[in-house]
Amino acid sequence: MSRYAMVIDTRRCVGCMDCVVACKTENDVPEGYCRDWIAETVHGEFPTLQMEIRSERCNHCAEPPCVDCCPTGASHVHERGGVVLVTRDKCIGCKACLAACPYDARFIHPEGYADKCTFCIHRVEQGLAPACVSVCPTHCMHFGDLDDPQSEVSRLLASRANHTLLPEAGTRPHVFYLT
Amino acid sequence: MPDLSRRRFLRISAASVLAAGLAGRATSAFAGWSEGSAAAKGGVRTVPTFCDICFWKCGAIAHVRDGKLWKIEGNPEDPLSRGRLCPRGTGGVGAHSDPDRLRTPLIRVSERGQDKWKSVTWEEALEYLASRMAKIKADYGPESMALFSHGIGGTFLRHLMKAYGTPNIAAPSFAQCRGPRDVGFRLTFGDDIGSPERTDIANTECLVLIGSHLGENMHNTQVQEFAEAVGRGATIIVADPRFSVAASKAKHYLPIKPGTDLALLLAWMQVIVTEKLYDADYVAKYGFGFDAFAASLTGYTPEWAFTETGIDPETIRTTAREMAKHRPATLVHPGRHTNWYGDDTQRSRAVALLNALLGSWGRKGGFYQPSSMDVPAYPCPDYPKPARPKLDNPGKRYPFAHEGLTTGIREATITGKPYPIKGWMVYATNLISALPNEAETIRAIQALDLLVVVDVAPSEIAGWADVVLPESVYLERYDELNPELFRDPFIALRQPVVDAPDDQKPNWWIAKRLAEKLGLDTYFPWSNIESYLDTRLKGAGYSLAELKRRGIVRGPRQPLYFEDGASAEFETPSRKIEFYSTQLEKAGFDPVPRYTPPEGGPAGSFRLLFGRAPMHTFGRTQTNRLLSDLMDENAVWLNATAALRLGLKTGDYVRLKNQDGAVSERVQVKATQRIRPDCVYLVHGFGHTAKGLRRAYRKGASDSGLITRYKTDPLMGGTGMNVNFVTLEPVEGA
Amino acid sequence: MIESTIHRHNAGIDPAMHLWGWEIPTYLFLGGLVAGLMIIAGVRLVAMRPRERQALVCCTIGPLVGLALLSLGMLALFLDLEHKSHVWRLYLTFRPTSPMSWGSWILLLVYPALAANAIAHLPEAIPALAKRIPVLVTWSDFILGRSRLVLAIGFVNIVLGISLGIYTGILLSTMGARPLWSSAVLGPLFLFSGLSTAAALLHGILVLTQPAGERPGFADFLLSALARLSESRPLDHKVAPTLAAADNSFLTIELALLGLLLVGHLTSTQVHRQAAALLLTGPYAAVFWVFVVGLGILVPLTLQTLELGHRIRHTLAPALLVLGGGFALRVILVAAGQASHWASAAN
Ligand SMILES: Nc1nc2c(c(=O)[nH]1)N[C@H]1C(S)=C(S)[C@@H](COP(=O)(O)OP(=O)(O)OC[C@H]3O[C@@H](n4cnc5c(=O)[nH]c(N)nc54)[C@H](O)[C@@H]3O)O[C@H]1N2
Ligand SMILES: Nc1nc2c(c(=O)[nH]1)N[C@H]1C(S)=C(S)[C@@H](COP(=O)(O)OP(=O)(O)OC[C@H]3O[C@@H](n4cnc5c(=O)[nH]c(N)nc54)[C@H](O)[C@@H]3O)O[C@H]1N2
Ligand code: SF4
Ligand code: SF4
Ligand code: SF4
Ligand code: SF4
Ligand code: SF4
Ligand SMILES: [Mo]
Repeated sequence: MSRYAMVIDTRRCVGCMDCVVACKTENDVPEGYCRDWIAETVHGEFPTLQMEIRSERCNHCAEPPCVDCCPTGASHVHERGGVVLVTRDKCIGCKACLAACPYDARFIHPEGYADKCTFCIHRVEQGLAPACVSVCPTHCMHFGDLDDPQSEVSRLLASRANHTLLPEAGTRPHVFYLT
Repeated sequence: MPDLSRRRFLRISAASVLAAGLAGRATSAFAGWSEGSAAAKGGVRTVPTFCDICFWKCGAIAHVRDGKLWKIEGNPEDPLSRGRLCPRGTGGVGAHSDPDRLRTPLIRVSERGQDKWKSVTWEEALEYLASRMAKIKADYGPESMALFSHGIGGTFLRHLMKAYGTPNIAAPSFAQCRGPRDVGFRLTFGDDIGSPERTDIANTECLVLIGSHLGENMHNTQVQEFAEAVGRGATIIVADPRFSVAASKAKHYLPIKPGTDLALLLAWMQVIVTEKLYDADYVAKYGFGFDAFAASLTGYTPEWAFTETGIDPETIRTTAREMAKHRPATLVHPGRHTNWYGDDTQRSRAVALLNALLGSWGRKGGFYQPSSMDVPAYPCPDYPKPARPKLDNPGKRYPFAHEGLTTGIREATITGKPYPIKGWMVYATNLISALPNEAETIRAIQALDLLVVVDVAPSEIAGWADVVLPESVYLERYDELNPELFRDPFIALRQPVVDAPDDQKPNWWIAKRLAEKLGLDTYFPWSNIESYLDTRLKGAGYSLAELKRRGIVRGPRQPLYFEDGASAEFETPSRKIEFYSTQLEKAGFDPVPRYTPPEGGPAGSFRLLFGRAPMHTFGRTQTNRLLSDLMDENAVWLNATAALRLGLKTGDYVRLKNQDGAVSERVQVKATQRIRPDCVYLVHGFGHTAKGLRRAYRKGASDSGLITRYKTDPLMGGTGMNVNFVTLEPVEGA
Repeated sequence: MIESTIHRHNAGIDPAMHLWGWEIPTYLFLGGLVAGLMIIAGVRLVAMRPRERQALVCCTIGPLVGLALLSLGMLALFLDLEHKSHVWRLYLTFRPTSPMSWGSWILLLVYPALAANAIAHLPEAIPALAKRIPVLVTWSDFILGRSRLVLAIGFVNIVLGISLGIYTGILLSTMGARPLWSSAVLGPLFLFSGLSTAAALLHGILVLTQPAGERPGFADFLLSALARLSESRPLDHKVAPTLAAADNSFLTIELALLGLLLVGHLTSTQVHRQAAALLLTGPYAAVFWVFVVGLGILVPLTLQTLELGHRIRHTLAPALLVLGGGFALRVILVAAGQASHWASAAN
């Protein structure tokens, strides 16, 4: 078995959005939409500030409400790595999954189906890293298998403080942020 | 005065052994492309080339799927990109598919500046242009044509214009960009910082950024090395009135009052000198005039600097000591766009001197010694000697300007002195927004007989042109080779990946055709660009075929640091690092930097600062749909407390009005803790006023439009642009 | 001080979610109304002696109107789908975790159940129709002849009605991502709101079909068409007070549930408090207080109480107000729910 995850080092990320453009070209994401995005959180008052910059996307949750609510089975968990995917042909565009995702990670593709990050499974299956990971100029993103304790992602999570987004939503995200 | 433009770089000849060592380095993960150019894999063709969305020129590999440009990745062989592009490079796809591009040559049919054109054939356009240029030559002499050109694409037009006989050639990259820094460092070390900068961020233990907003300034290799430094836990010190992305990575963030950096630098040096923390051996061995310099620092205590900069004296001391602790692997970054306040060369000189104290020039983690590969020029006849000298800097008014001054040519065009300028050729620079004070630029244009603009988009400057020539974008053309001076020497090739969508032509073709029409064919003796490139490459021991396949060839790394045998010569009058500059003294300037406070603005106004957003290059990417999707208008950064006072909140629309009454397009407020309350900040490049730039038209505010004032650096003629002040006026009903 | 910025603009999601416009609230409203009609019809059918010929409004007109409204609701749902040509995908699978899947199957069952209920008394209700389609009489006789079948149809209507009513709330409440919706109260709330609208509708129909003279004059012309079509016997006007009384109970329960929903949120986490505030004091407060609570519940409650106390005549007003309030409730919950967000407070 495998359990894919992404580990992103917020200390290195500069918020340049290269990951966003790379995703757009790699996956032909239409104009006006993106599957990944940048969030910035600033704490404090000038000039004593802390800023965390995060490259966000679908968290490929282990408890994905988007899959649970899908009436057609279009949203599903892929047998490989627990990746959450949408089968375009099965999707009726009811938008339940969009409303169910606490991260607003999905959108309706102009062709009528729910779309979102696929963890670039088409690349992963060829032994390549996801497009966003492989372009990031700061090398702050890592992708791999959490079930393998020797993988880079496992080692990073074991060695550095990290958090996920909205753990209180109970979705068990698989995109982790090193702090 | 020694000729500052004489430079000695270590040049290596292209030994044939070097290619062999590297050929095997193509990593297996990228087997698809390393098979060679046009390597096809599942209907996907890959073509190596190099990027042109900015001037860093990263090696790239374009992927073409079913005949359509699909994506662009970094070329892992390339030492600049190291296999990864910046967002703009990745988004280069959108430059090719941009629906707002120019399509055919245009000739103006109404008043200048009215954007009224007729489409013509290239033959008509070039014929017309050649006749107008011939007339200017006949009536006024060839020196009366000037060329403004930015970037490697301008090579052949520069060649043409020199052959035509004009010495008046300039780019905004000097007097509006890095000029002060280059002069400041030349005066001190006798050498340039160069582009790509010779900063050894990869190995630094302490990086000091004064304004340099790496991470927003997206010059690829530097950002990659910066992230490595952060990852390594190097000490980062950032002085910026704005809490930049870089500041968010810093151990010490110094929220400096704009325009007072020289005070901070002097105080740092004062601490380092009085506490004897400097590299005494290095200074003794390489330094000139140290004692006079040290004496000049006496009054510049941290307590004094506090009153100027607002930075707490203890922080100044702590950071100075921290820098000294890590020396010589401490890098005080020289910055790049350094035309800020008109005293910029002296500030840059202070940066150079601080580095000299820390012994970082020529040392690991400081400044390395770059090298490049020798690629012999294509044999051409000598250029005619202009009858009149270049006029951008008459009488060496700015004695240390070693490159052409755009604003000098502009001024001469307006005054007609020392001789008239009657024609401008403008290549890949939007002078309307790149030069300060748009009104002056327009006045100069109105004095011209001919304005020809070679551009890819219907930019503001194209809007004023008599003749507009549409160039193909970098993905559709060959350009000059790039044998860059860098840490690792290499030669890179730009080659066409896809066809131009309409009747756009590459600059080499335009230059060669125009040369033929001007009777200057002897300067273009090659039949086509491939034979030109192949001849040059053969001279270097390579071939075009090889470069087409690999995109890049690399030479062996040369010694980078003094201790490894890199040359420790300084091309200054004393042949040493000049702590005290006799050149400056002779020219009537301060031989050691001296602080004068910046002038303030009208009460209740904010100083207008500007900079970069990572996904845009100046004003040239706003119509790129991939990139404008990430950011399609800018916002004015306003301190949150100030915003509260003004009753403004994030998302409100305002107009900015400067001290001279110039008013911007409407722009959103970003009320944020991330900036001082005495200034506001705009990302440069927005607020386009050219209607043809449909996606960008009137989106956001243009900093350029608000820069009606500038302060000229007396040493080198740079235009300090951070000297404008604005107020914010709410937009009704928005 | 916390400042968070998201650099993104995906249509339908940013800056706030606005996926669902009028279609889904309409669907939820009509679904709830039909659920109420089914339950009332079921209860009536079960409670009544087989050959009692008094149950026309609840057991015939109600289900018939229900069939029509359900179809309208399904149409609204269909219109909302972004990939309409794939709608049949709903019926290739059953997803037990998906309320929408439950809903689509329930809807499929609702049709025959409602139809069976309607058919039972159809020949009596609309003799003209029975004359033209004699088989209706056969079916009616078949059903009414078997008391256990009648009971079964009644119970099925009740069970399906409850399921449908609750489902319209569950559909939203399982979206944990939208704090306003994440409450178990939403199911019962929508159920009782559905019941109140159904009772109000039936009551309204009775008011409309009162013998001339008693009937409010302005409705005469509306009715002439219906009356001619049905050639019906006078409806069972005796149930009007019962319906009004029932409606009052439903409205009271609805009001209590609404209070429970808001109190639940107000005593929960920050995001839930913010969600409740959207209704109580925020951008939706005016509509909420005026149309949902005031005109939708309190005013009709008062009017019907007066009617029942014979202080005033039975009028159409309460019915219209309750129906309007029920619709407003769906609209406002769908809209404000989309505006309620975890991240707005969590970052
Ligand atoms: N107000 C203000 N002024 C500034 C700056 C600032 O930050 N604010 N920055 C300064 C600095 S640091 C610099 S380096 C300069 C930069 O100044 P410029 O290099 O002039 O930059 P742009 O204004 O983007 O203008 C570029 C023009 O080239 C065109 N172009 C793009 N690609 C091609 C191509 O392949 N071929 C041709 N023929 N044309 C092309 C674009 O359409 C555009 O019209 O500006 C300086 N001026
Ligand atoms: N994405 C992207 N990257 C680019 C470019 C681009 O167009 N887009 N252009 C490239 C080019 S040609 C250049 S020249 C560089 C320019 O980039 P840099 O040389 O790094 O920076 P500047 O433009 O000089 O300065 C902008 C920063 O200086 C701060 N600043 C303003 N006033 C002051 C002051 O008085 N003191 C101090 N300490 N800081 C101040 C601003 O807040 C801002 O953070 O960027 C390069 N990189
Ligand atoms: S590409 Fe890397 S550094 Fe840039 S925003 Fe994405 S994750 Fe951050
Ligand atoms: S992030 Fe959203 S879309 Fe992705 S798996 Fe989790 S709930 Fe589903
Ligand atoms: S929009 Fe598509 S994927 Fe999402 S729940 Fe509906 S059918 Fe499933
Ligand atoms: S993993 Fe692939 S699909 Fe997901 S954000 Fe990255 S590039 Fe896009
Ligand atoms: S830094 Fe970015 S835009 Fe500039 S050449 Fe490199 S990839 Fe292209
Ligand atoms: Mo620049």
